[in-house]
Amino acid sequence: MADSETLPRVDAATASETVIRIRGLKTSFGSQQVHRGLDLDVHRGEILGVVGGSGTGKSVLLRSIIGLQRPDAGTVEVLGQPVLHLGEKEGIELRRRWGVLFQNGALFSGLTVAENVQAPLREFYALSQPLMDEIAGYKIALAGLPPTAAPLFPSELSGGMRKRAGLARALALDPTLLFLDEPTAGLDPIGASAFDELVADLTRTLGLTVFLITHDLDTLYAICDRVAVLADGKVLATGTIDELLTLDHPWIQEYFRGPRGRAAAAGAAGHGNP
Amino acid sequence: MQHQLQPAGSDPARIVSDRADRGTREIAIAGRLTIANIAGLDNDLRTIAPGPDALVLDLGGVKRVDTAGAWIVHRLLRDWAAAGGPATLRSAPPGLGELIDRLSAADQPERMRREQADLLTRTLNNVGHYVVNAVATLGGFFAFLGVTLAVLARLVVHPRQWRFNAVVHQGEAVMVQALGIVGLMSFLVGLVIAQQGAVQLAQFGADVFTVNLIGRATMRELGVLMTAIMVAGRSGSAFAAQIGSMKLGEEIDAMRTIGLNPTEVLVAPRALALVLSMPLLTFFAVICALIGGGLFVYADLDMAPVQYVTRLQEVTPISDLWIALIKAPLFGGVIAITGCFHGMQVTGNAESVGERTTAAVVQSIFLVIVLDAFLAVFFTAVGWI
Repeated sequence: MADSETLPRVDAATASETVIRIRGLKTSFGSQQVHRGLDLDVHRGEILGVVGGSGTGKSVLLRSIIGLQRPDAGTVEVLGQPVLHLGEKEGIELRRRWGVLFQNGALFSGLTVAENVQAPLREFYALSQPLMDEIAGYKIALAGLPPTAAPLFPSELSGGMRKRAGLARALALDPTLLFLDEPTAGLDPIGASAFDELVADLTRTLGLTVFLITHDLDTLYAICDRVAVLADGKVLATGTIDELLTLDHPWIQEYFRGPRGRAAAAGAAGHGNP
Repeated sequence: MQHQLQPAGSDPARIVSDRADRGTREIAIAGRLTIANIAGLDNDLRTIAPGPDALVLDLGGVKRVDTAGAWIVHRLLRDWAAAGGPATLRSAPPGLGELIDRLSAADQPERMRREQADLLTRTLNNVGHYVVNAVATLGGFFAFLGVTLAVLARLVVHPRQWRFNAVVHQGEAVMVQALGIVGLMSFLVGLVIAQQGAVQLAQFGADVFTVNLIGRATMRELGVLMTAIMVAGRSGSAFAAQIGSMKLGEEIDAMRTIGLNPTEVLVAPRALALVLSMPLLTFFAVICALIGGGLFVYADLDMAPVQYVTRLQEVTPISDLWIALIKAPLFGGVIAITGCFHGMQVTGNAESVGERTTAAVVQSIFLVIVLDAFLAVFFTAVGWI
């Protein structure tokens, strides 16, 4: 990706640029095949929701994209770089441009929240301590944490605050690409919808592309531009929820037309889909 | 390790002109206002004292802005406005205003670190914490010991409640799997004692007494003590780490809610396994040490194995072996209780598991040696010389 000469803003002309391109991904654990030739594209500036039943390999897919899991076959390109065939330097350069929020935050337990956010900054750049403190300060506030959270250790935080702190750390290096693994799981409904709004808001103002794994139908309706459905080791379909609803697949119909799907749709319709 | 990244086409943000003219300060910035390129500009901007003059910040030469770049622009405008002068942007890149608005909403006074008291207060605080912790730990240890003994006593009355499988499983881990290392260690200790003893005793022409040294030293003290230290390092640490991780994973809480008593399920089998294993391991260690010593005596002093064994029987009283076999289960109990106690004390995070595992090993070795010193005096006093 060449740096654009302006702010990283999404407009119609660049919206179709592909940020993540996966072709023919195959992964298996022992005799269990998780992915059997999976293809997926993620476009610049969109929030892509990935859904699928338990054990369909959503988290494995995420781990393959960010290079934590080596697939048996297939290619994964992120921001134009082949993730599976990168030298150490290129790998670090690429990792600097994405942020990952793991399911439980995965904060470093021996560091405070502020130090967690500063850890990547310290590793990559020689910035003065006052500037690092300021950066950590506004990142923590952007992630929606109260000002008192910065000097706390992860064990002193609630589950929701831990996710927000994880988000602040994921945003530390101003990534262009954000990976979220079940960001709203384990949050109360109010906290979950606040988190959804936060992600949508940050995506808009910071010009992010978001790859989001979720089970939360409300999240899908509220913030996802497109949804990819994983089943049988492949991406069954991608598209907006309305497009998916026209497909005649039992799992998709069950997923979106079930009682929870209807409730989420009603909720989204009631509030106006942002 | 630091990876200093200078992306291709690196273009540090910098001040290209700074003019004061009739009450208007005009600063022009060029380059990339991104986190990789703003370290220098940040330092330069910090030296600019905001004044009552009007500020015009010309961003015409700026390519690409990220939140860190927007932040230092926001900071300059904010500080300038606070000093009383109007501050405006000229030819700002599109979207920067929105980003700055977002950042000013996120600009809140934050404390990054815990407040540090002065040295005296801190020292007093540390000492106080240390004393309170030490007393609480001691109390906790006795409470834990009491609970464990009560559970063990109940299990003596109701032998059917023994978790026999758990005891066997633990016994395999603490004894069978330790045989190799304990045997090798004891063999070498026996060899070294024989070798060093022979060198010293040869000066008096008394090298035949090397056998006395090997027999008495290994049977009475070294065999059991070295075994206890090895077991503390192997199994005491394992107990603390296992139980500590289970505590972090709320497994202990889960047991309690189901109605299982963690002391009965986790501590009692481990304690029993070690109490039973230690005498066996000790006996094995003593034999290995005697073999090691015998090998040296055979090689260096030309004493035939039969003669070595006969002489061992003559010079080593059987009470030495009894002393070792009495001490062994006591040491085993001390190691198991200390390890399990520290495992139960784990709270919070992974670091705590490490601290408690260290404490378990250090304290169990210390307690074993203290107990050994008491028992040495005791057995001498009762006439087992």
